[in-house]
Amino acid sequence: MSLLDIKNLSVEFQTAHGMFRAVDGVNFNVDKGQILSIVGESGSGKSVSMLALMGLLPWTAKVTADVMTFDGIDLLSISKKERRKIIGKDISMIFQEPMTSLNPCFTVGYQIMEVMKEHLGGTKKELEKRAVELLGMVGIPAPESRLKAYPHQMSGGMNQRVMIAMMIACKPRLLIADEPTTALDVTIQAQILELLVELQKKQDMALVLITHDMGVVAETAERVVVQYAGQQVEKQEVKGLFNHPGHPYTHALLNALPERATDKHLPSIPGVVPGQLDRPKGCLFSPRCEFATDLCHATPPTTTNGVLCHYPLQDGVPTGHPGGQQSKVAGGNG
Amino acid sequence: MTAETVLEARDLHRFYEVKGGMFSQGGTVKALSGATFNLEAGKTLAVVGESGCGKSTLARLVTLIENPTSGALKLGGMDVATATSAEDRRTLRQMVQIVFQDPYGSLNPRQKIGAILEEPLKINTSMSAPERKQAVMDMMARVGLRPEAYYRYPHMFSGGQRQRIAIARALMLKPKIVILDEPVSALDVSIQAQVLNLLTDLQQEMNLAYLFISHDLSVVRHIADEVMVMYLGRPVEYGTRDQIFSDPQHPYTRALLSATPMADPNKKRERIKLIGELPSPLSPPSGCAFHPRCPLVNDRCKSEGPVLHHATSGWDVSCHAVEEGRKG
Repeated sequence: MSLLDIKNLSVEFQTAHGMFRAVDGVNFNVDKGQILSIVGESGSGKSVSMLALMGLLPWTAKVTADVMTFDGIDLLSISKKERRKIIGKDISMIFQEPMTSLNPCFTVGYQIMEVMKEHLGGTKKELEKRAVELLGMVGIPAPESRLKAYPHQMSGGMNQRVMIAMMIACKPRLLIADEPTTALDVTIQAQILELLVELQKKQDMALVLITHDMGVVAETAERVVVQYAGQQVEKQEVKGLFNHPGHPYTHALLNALPERATDKHLPSIPGVVPGQLDRPKGCLFSPRCEFATDLCHATPPTTTNGVLCHYPLQDGVPTGHPGGQQSKVAGGNG
Repeated sequence: MTAETVLEARDLHRFYEVKGGMFSQGGTVKALSGATFNLEAGKTLAVVGESGCGKSTLARLVTLIENPTSGALKLGGMDVATATSAEDRRTLRQMVQIVFQDPYGSLNPRQKIGAILEEPLKINTSMSAPERKQAVMDMMARVGLRPEAYYRYPHMFSGGQRQRIAIARALMLKPKIVILDEPVSALDVSIQAQVLNLLTDLQQEMNLAYLFISHDLSVVRHIADEVMVMYLGRPVEYGTRDQIFSDPQHPYTRALLSATPMADPNKKRERIKLIGELPSPLSPPSGCAFHPRCPLVNDRCKSEGPVLHHATSGWDVSCHAVEEGRKG
C-alpha cells in the first residue's frame, strides 16, 4: 500500500456562475522515499488538489474522491480533531511565499517551537535545543541568535529555510512543497532544492513538489504528473516525460521552452487555458491542440497508459490519428 | 541595416542616501556603480543578476525617471545631463519607453484599453482624436489584440494579453529604446513563448533596441545579443551571448549558469555551489563584493576591488582570479 493514495479526486467550488470544477479526476500515489512532481500552468489545479488533501480549502469547496488515504487513514472521513493530529506532524506543507506564510508578530524560534509543542511536547529547554538544531540543519548561520529574529529581519531565502525547518520539525513522512522556490533567486533556489532533496533522502520522506518550472522538474523529480485545466493529462517517469512526451500538451509545453528552441521563433501554444465560462465540450486542450480532430472537439478522451488523449503521441507522432493537419486551432489573440 | 548606437552609458553611478533612525545608522546604498555599455538599434542587451544587483536602478536611470549620481548617459547621441530644455527632455522621453514586470499592476484598472494606449499620444503629440484612434487600432493589430479590446478594461484580459497591452503602450510613441523589465517572468511558459515571439517580431519590424532585464537565463540566452552580468551594483562580466554562455569567465557568472535548472533530465551537470546570500548593499564587503561567496578567493580579493577590464578571453571581466589565471 502506498503512503499517499489518491484516486479520482475532484474539487468543485460554488461560484456566482454555478459549480466550477477546479480539479477533475486526479489520480496518483506516492511511496516513502519518492519524489513526485506535479507540474502545470496557473489554473491547472495543482495547488488546489494539495490543499484539498491538507483540508485547507474553504467551505465553498466540495471535495470528492474514490480514495484519499494517507498510510491507510481515510482523509475524507476523519474528524477535524484527528486531522489536526496528522497535519503538521506526518504531513506538512511548504508554501510559495515565505514572507507571507510566517507570522510577522512572532519570532521564528517561537513559531518553530509551537509546531513541536503541539505535536511532540517537551520542556522549553528541549524545544529550544531542537529548534537550534533544525535551523542549523537547514543551513542558517549562527542559529542560536536567529531564534529571536522576526521574519522581516531575514531575507526571503532565509525565511524559506525557516519554513522548511518548521515543516521537518516533527519528521513528517510526507512533505508537500508548493512552488517552494518560485519567489527566490536562482542561486538560492539551487540551495533550497538541494536541501529539500537531501532532507528527503536522509529522513526517507515522500516529497510532492508542485512547480511550473520544467527545469526544476527535470533536475529534482523522479515521477511527474502533468496537469492542465484541472485534469491530469499525463503521468510518467521524468526521463520518459522529457524524451517521449505522450500528451500533445506536454509536447507543446516542452517545445515552448526557450532553452529547447532551435529557431529565433519559439513554437508557442496558441490561445490561453480555458476559464470557467469557456470550457470546451470535448477535450479541454482541443482548442489549442495542433492535432485536434472533430472527435476531440466533441468527446472527452479517456486515460490510456497514463495519457489523457484520443491520439497519444509516440515519438512526437499521434497514434491512431486520421491524419490531415488540423481543423481549427482557436485563433487570434493568443 | 547599419548599426546605429542609440544608447551610450559611461561609468554610471547611482547612490541613495539612507537616513538614520532612532536605532539605525544612516548610510549610502551604492545601488549602481560603474555601468558602462553601448546599445545599438535592432539589438538586445540583457542585464542579468539576482535581486538587489542594480538591474532596476539601471532601468530607472535609462528611462530618465532618476538622474545618475555621476557618469554620462547619451540617448540617440543626446547627452542627458546637458539636455535640460523642455523640448530636449521631451525628445529624450519619447525615445525611451519601458515595459514592467507585473502586467496586473502596471495598467490603470479604471481606464479602457483605448484610453491607456491613447494617453501617450495625447500628451506628446498634436494628433487629432480620430488620428489617435487609428494609431491605437494599428498598434493593437500589430501586437495581436482584437479591435474590440479598445472598449474593454484591463481586468477583462489574461496576463499574457495585458503584457501585450503594456508593450503596445510602450510602442505608441515609436521609441528607439525599449526597456523590458522582466517582461515574461510573471507569465506561464506557453504564454511566455507567445510574448517572446512578439517581442522578436516587433524588434525586427521597428528596429528597436531592447534593454532586457531578467534573471531567467534560459530566456536571456534565447533573446539577447549581448549580456551584462551584475552583482551588487557592479557589472562583473560583459560580452556577447555566445561568449558568456559558452565560456563564462567570472566565478559568479559560472555559478549563476550552473544554478539555473535545465529542462533535460539526461544531462547531469556539475553544480557550483554558492554558499551564503547576497550581502546587504548598505554594508558591502571590502574589496571585491563577491569575495565572501567566491570559490577562488584570496587575500587580494578581500582588500582590493577589481575593475572591469578586457580579459584574455576577449571580453570584459571584473575579477582578480581571472586576471591572474587562478583556477579553482
